[in-house]
Amino acid sequence: MLKDITIGQYFPGQSAVHRLDPRMKIILTMLYIVALFVADNFQGLLLSAVFAAAGYLISGIPLSLIRKSMKPVIPIIVFTAVLNMLFVEGREIFRLGFLKITLEGVVLAVLMVTRIICLIAGSSLLTYTTSPIALTDAIEQLLVPLKRLKMPVHELAMMMTIALRFIPTLIEETDKIMSAQKARGADMESGGIMRRAKALIPILIPLFVSSFRRADELALAMECRCYHGDEGRTRMKQLCYAPRDFMALGMLAVLLVLVLLFNRIFPSMY
Amino acid sequence: MDAIISAKDLVFSYPGDARLALDHVSLTVGKGDLVAVLGHNGSGKSTLAKHFNAILLPQGGVCYVDGINTADEDRLLELRSRAGMVFQNPDNQIVATIVEEDVAFGLENIGVPPDEIRIRVDEALTDVGMYEYRLHAPHQLSGGQKQRVAIAGIIAMMPKLIILDEPTAMLDPRGRAEVLETVIKLNREFGVTVLLITHFMDEAAACRRVVVMDDGKILLDAPPKEVFSHVSLLKQVGLDVPQATEIIHELRRSGINLPDDIITDEECVEALSSLLASSGKGGGWA
Amino acid sequence: MTAIETKDLTYLYSQGTPFEKAAVDGVSVSIEEGDFVGVIGHTGSGKSTFIQHLNGLLRPTSGQVLLYGKDIWEEPKKIREVRFQVGLVFQYPEYQLFEETVERDIAFGPSNMGLSPGEIRDRVREAAGFVGLSPDTMQKSPFELSGGQKRRVAIAGVLAMRPRVLILDEPTAGLDPKGRDQIFHEIAQYHSKTGSTILLVSHSMEDVAKYAKHVLVINDARKIAFGTVDEVFSHTGELVEMGLAVPQITKIFAQLRARGFELSPHVYTVEAARRELLRVLGKGGAQDA
Repeated sequence: MLKDITIGQYFPGQSAVHRLDPRMKIILTMLYIVALFVADNFQGLLLSAVFAAAGYLISGIPLSLIRKSMKPVIPIIVFTAVLNMLFVEGREIFRLGFLKITLEGVVLAVLMVTRIICLIAGSSLLTYTTSPIALTDAIEQLLVPLKRLKMPVHELAMMMTIALRFIPTLIEETDKIMSAQKARGADMESGGIMRRAKALIPILIPLFVSSFRRADELALAMECRCYHGDEGRTRMKQLCYAPRDFMALGMLAVLLVLVLLFNRIFPSMY
Repeated sequence: MDAIISAKDLVFSYPGDARLALDHVSLTVGKGDLVAVLGHNGSGKSTLAKHFNAILLPQGGVCYVDGINTADEDRLLELRSRAGMVFQNPDNQIVATIVEEDVAFGLENIGVPPDEIRIRVDEALTDVGMYEYRLHAPHQLSGGQKQRVAIAGIIAMMPKLIILDEPTAMLDPRGRAEVLETVIKLNREFGVTVLLITHFMDEAAACRRVVVMDDGKILLDAPPKEVFSHVSLLKQVGLDVPQATEIIHELRRSGINLPDDIITDEECVEALSSLLASSGKGGGWA
Repeated sequence: MTAIETKDLTYLYSQGTPFEKAAVDGVSVSIEEGDFVGVIGHTGSGKSTFIQHLNGLLRPTSGQVLLYGKDIWEEPKKIREVRFQVGLVFQYPEYQLFEETVERDIAFGPSNMGLSPGEIRDRVREAAGFVGLSPDTMQKSPFELSGGQKRRVAIAGVLAMRPRVLILDEPTAGLDPKGRDQIFHEIAQYHSKTGSTILLVSHSMEDVAKYAKHVLVINDARKIAFGTVDEVFSHTGELVEMGLAVPQITKIFAQLRARGFELSPHVYTVEAARRELLRVLGKGGAQDA
């Protein structure tokens, strides 16, 4: 039931995109987002969209999945589009009472929406092609310089790993607790907000209590396996950059340069 | 001395509890021993086990594991790399998101070089029969498989002693059989010293030495055959005996002459065969 | 009178996809009121999924569940009422405790039934009595209690609903021999005092042999057998093949019979074995001292 929730929606594969170093993928995603926001005309955005589409093609992730990741963002998209269409000055093309829609507004709306779609598509590609563990490792490695600023990088990474490890287990447990309380007549469907919130207590309390106990036992087990923080710790899996990582970086650099170029050549949309 | 565990006169009580969880307990375990510690809940068996890797420190007496005094704070990590522990709850000792990374956890903690970690992880997983599951996520495994992964995580550290604290209490019969088989194999094939805390007498029967505890004291410390002959005593302290042992005991109580050291099905069948045959009760081959 | 009955009960996972799988496949069984039925099957056989249909936690893909002759899904909106009549105690039930006091936790079921405070108090007291909880534990927080005590509280929470059918999924899982004996003793007493129908899911064939009258065997989502303890357990070979652990003593007797000794095939407990052996030996045996 609840077990059908997949976190991160990782689709394993062997494509070139999959095999990029996860640190590089994070960096590439960030640079891509920069490119998207730097581009201020249709041509730049189109180029970025094509770039993302190419990424999907190479990785073998179906483009239709983008629609799925769009769902939660639809309100924002609609809101942005409407704002732009109604409140941008320019040549009027439609009027409904005191609301007027301008040509410039429509153009801007389309471009804004395109930007948002590319943004979602690009960052989703990261989570579709990179496993949560790889992402956690990558984030930990990238943040290493912050250790000098006394930031608990290793501890944060350990927290993320353990959280990821226990999510499916906790979901299973929640399922069991819900079944047990339903078997005693708990009603989780009916009633207003207050009633439904109260109905969650028989689920949340056992879950919290058991989670604290788990944490206790896990900590003890970790200490018995000589865990003592980051000091002197080695890693079995080492992340290594390969030539393809630098090639990908190069391609993204080219994208950025072109975008900046297009900004020069073509008129801005603003 | 070849002793892996050398515990003398251990005394321990939990905070807020008046009674002694360990009441002047002494125990010696030699290298390569396969020892079961049998007792009902509250007998002190888990408390005793937790003294051997310094989860608990004795309030009286002294405990040496592989020559290290467990109370020596400076050598704690060294102690724990030599005495590994497998806990009861299969889920709450697996840290990583995939099997092979969890097996590597202990080795990473003690700073073993990455290449060597890889080799030892693969070996450990093969030894417990879980190599093909090395890329699985823990929640995809059965209880017995999770416990085997936990065991692999400990043996990868190549400890002198493995302590298993009721490792099968939460498992189904198949899982229990898997874990017991693995543990016996580790002792028999690799000479690992094993201390198995349990309340299942079939597990104790498979070990070479059984220590029976009750009320914080050691009642019996002998090979399984000898221990299980004390049927009434075991029942008194809330333990079971194998049915094979019990039926022979019952017949002996009715005055029938039978050997008093029977613990396995086969031995029981042999003994009853002879009995029935010699009393002229038919049967082809006795 | 038939208390609970299933007709061709089937439950499919991932229906319509290539991964479609039957967790329960066409199980039909009829259980009389007051019966004590042991439900046995290897892990993954579908027995846990099956029992969750009996109190309406799961809805069959096809087939029916009848409680005292009435299809429990006839009025889906009233399915909660079925759960008050068919009590289900899950494995490790102590993990579901949540209230501030033992008394209030046991009262959870009855209060969901909409009973009066007086009625609830009575039921809580009665249920606590069945599981041997002393009155001074009632005001304690359930989290202060030992594992065995907590389990008793959880079981009492279901008994307090006075269900006509009580299903227990491995009620002794994780307990030591003493704890196991106590819980079974309490269940047997509950059964004889209330005359309710009991279903006990267990891996321990010894325990099933000791307490149950009938046995339901489930293997690979199907019902393999439903009969008296004698009828089912005499098929030792087949049960072992299904991965079920036949009582040690039964296996010993089977081996002795294979050697030609004429012994009863209906021995599942040590007590029965002793009587049988003494009976066989008593007739002309020269061994008795």
